[in-house]
Amino acid sequence: MTKNPKLHIPQPTARPGDAPDFSYLNLSPAGSVERPPIDARAADIEHLALEMVRVLDDDHVAKGPWDPGLDTETLIEALRLMVLTRTYDERMQRMQRQGKITFYMQALGEEAVSIGQGLAFEPGDMLFPAYRNQGLYIMRDTGLVNMMCQCLSNSRDMCKGRQMPIFYQNKKSNLFTISGNLATQFPQAVGWAMGSSIKGEDHIAASWVGDGSTAEADFHYALTFAAVYNAPVVLNVTNNQWAISTFQGTAGGERRPFAARGLGLGMPGIRVDGNDLLAVYAVTRWAADRARSGGGPTLIELVTYRGGAHSTSDDPSRYRPKDEWKFFPLGDPVVRLKQHLIKEGNWSEEQHSAMEVEMKTTVIEAWKEAITYGTMTEPPFLDVKLMFEDVFAEMPDHLKKQQEKLLKMQGVTS
Amino acid sequence: MSQMSMIQAIRSAHDVMLEKDPSVIAFGQDIGYFGGVFRCTEGLQKKYGEHRVIDAPIAEGGIVGTAIGLGINGLRPVVEIQFADYIYPGFDQIVSELSRLRYRSSGEFFSPVTIRTPCGGGIRGGQTHSQSPEGIFTHLSGVKTVMVSNPYDAKGLLISAIESDDPVIFFEPKRIYNGPFNGDPEQPPVSWATHPKGEVPDGYYTVPLDKAEIVEEGEDLTIITYGTIVHVAQAAAKKAGVSAEIIDVRTLMPLDVDTIRDSVNKTGRAMVAHEATRFCGYGAELVATIQKECFWHLEAPISRVTGWDTPYPHAFEWQYFPVQQRLVNGIRSLMEIE
Repeated sequence: MTKNPKLHIPQPTARPGDAPDFSYLNLSPAGSVERPPIDARAADIEHLALEMVRVLDDDHVAKGPWDPGLDTETLIEALRLMVLTRTYDERMQRMQRQGKITFYMQALGEEAVSIGQGLAFEPGDMLFPAYRNQGLYIMRDTGLVNMMCQCLSNSRDMCKGRQMPIFYQNKKSNLFTISGNLATQFPQAVGWAMGSSIKGEDHIAASWVGDGSTAEADFHYALTFAAVYNAPVVLNVTNNQWAISTFQGTAGGERRPFAARGLGLGMPGIRVDGNDLLAVYAVTRWAADRARSGGGPTLIELVTYRGGAHSTSDDPSRYRPKDEWKFFPLGDPVVRLKQHLIKEGNWSEEQHSAMEVEMKTTVIEAWKEAITYGTMTEPPFLDVKLMFEDVFAEMPDHLKKQQEKLLKMQGVTS
Repeated sequence: MSQMSMIQAIRSAHDVMLEKDPSVIAFGQDIGYFGGVFRCTEGLQKKYGEHRVIDAPIAEGGIVGTAIGLGINGLRPVVEIQFADYIYPGFDQIVSELSRLRYRSSGEFFSPVTIRTPCGGGIRGGQTHSQSPEGIFTHLSGVKTVMVSNPYDAKGLLISAIESDDPVIFFEPKRIYNGPFNGDPEQPPVSWATHPKGEVPDGYYTVPLDKAEIVEEGEDLTIITYGTIVHVAQAAAKKAGVSAEIIDVRTLMPLDVDTIRDSVNKTGRAMVAHEATRFCGYGAELVATIQKECFWHLEAPISRVTGWDTPYPHAFEWQYFPVQQRLVNGIRSLMEIE
């Protein structure tokens, strides 16, 4: 018998040059998973964390008890928002490549997460997004021009030049400021939800992390506190299979789904087809209704695929097969919703093409306006004295002195 | 007015603020039903309910993280971290989130969290119950840092901290919770019962978060210190037979430079003293500030008396701690320089 137990070093099923292999994904047939009432006991619905809620089948037909029965108008709006997100991403990605902005991150392939989930919350619900949730900012009226100005760090930048591109905020729409530190927003969302309850309100909170950052302590703190206090919060893991170069197994996804992380705390988990907008909406609405009615937190794992690079600083061809996304069994969320609408007789390829052109025009017009407020290289620029503001509620003396010194060095009088 | 210990004064600050402002809540390990391991929140859960004085799981990172969320939602959480030595799991949330939330969101979001934590040695706590990590927090941009030295200030500063829209790290030297300590471990402990700073108003009052206090006026030298060492410095100056001006910094960030400058320019000699380790300690910032502000008035190099650059030991507590005799020696050396 060996006295040297070997470590298991997780390895993805395919590396560059290999044939993509998603056999590790445990898929349930569309319509096959039961939909329990929102007041079901957590212990009775543990299977939801292990199966996969799917509504759209391979023929694009909605099936089973999780079909949310959304009206055509809402579905077309969801499709429009997903296409808008993708078009915005394409433009901003290109602008980074042209040196107009310093950095960018696309949500390519996982647009249904933000749009499908965003539709399931009330406007008064506070959302704590991660960095690939630009769809939430788009759908909650942040304004493309404002988002572009943030990425440009120009004179209209909502963050006054303090954050890298894509770290948006929108307080009036109840969207928190995005942090570059991973998973820190998870316990904050739980705290916000606790506050809502303490104040006697019925607003809930929601937050997002990726599969990779479920390994962070903050993820586990959030689950513990949410479960302990039965906080009205919906906690979401966007499992897009990749955390930069490490696959979801490196974060511990091989043995049990991320949705099962809360089961030991008595928190329901639901694993859902993250590229099926109907299923995404349905499970999120279920969790939101449960939280709002006092049923406590739910952990949702959205199984999707990161269609692009981690960021503009990343080259995924160095660590995964180039065409892996094409073989992803859950497909492309935009194509699937489009095909569903066509199948139902409510949409056509022509209408879709026209919408794509319209979204492209919208984005180009927004960009044209955004750069009139300045770029990193062209005026108008942000006033450098802003660097010293908002460190504290009121500027203390030592910062006033430093500000004065810098302005003097720069020959600025103000 | 009542004669209070620092524990009673801190409890009274909680009581006043929980009563005055419904958005104030207390949150931390053992602080609810039990009233805190040092009794600083005793009786408050009974009075204000379990939704306002809340027992937390043992997870400092989770406590700080959720407190930030409570603050974003309009509440004013007063968090207790049971010992400063255990604050580090919450450090990322303090450094990366709490301190920079206002800045990164251009003032849209902020979270007015107060983090109270007992610090310092002299209680036989060894390396895990004696640390003075204030210098780690004063190095951040966006949190105010306070260390208190007496019951009157503790209550007034804590009320100011709770009311501040900026996050505040609030250090409470546990050696002086029940009475001042003159730095001579051979003498029996004394209580706050007869100390003038033990006289505390029962109701609401504040002590500003940006003002140092001259606790003793003098002519020969200035001792700049805070926390427990304020009392040690007072006793040491008396023993050394010098007329020392003693400044209690109180709020370490932002620093009241004016009070320190005026005093050192008057006396021409400065000693900086604290319990924390020396290298890159808060005293280094004080020395640099005095050097810049008072250079032409200085009659001797600025002196520093601090803890040694080792972890805090259990067996050698009084060799480690800047005891009265070490300050006396420091004062004499400083006064000998012509």
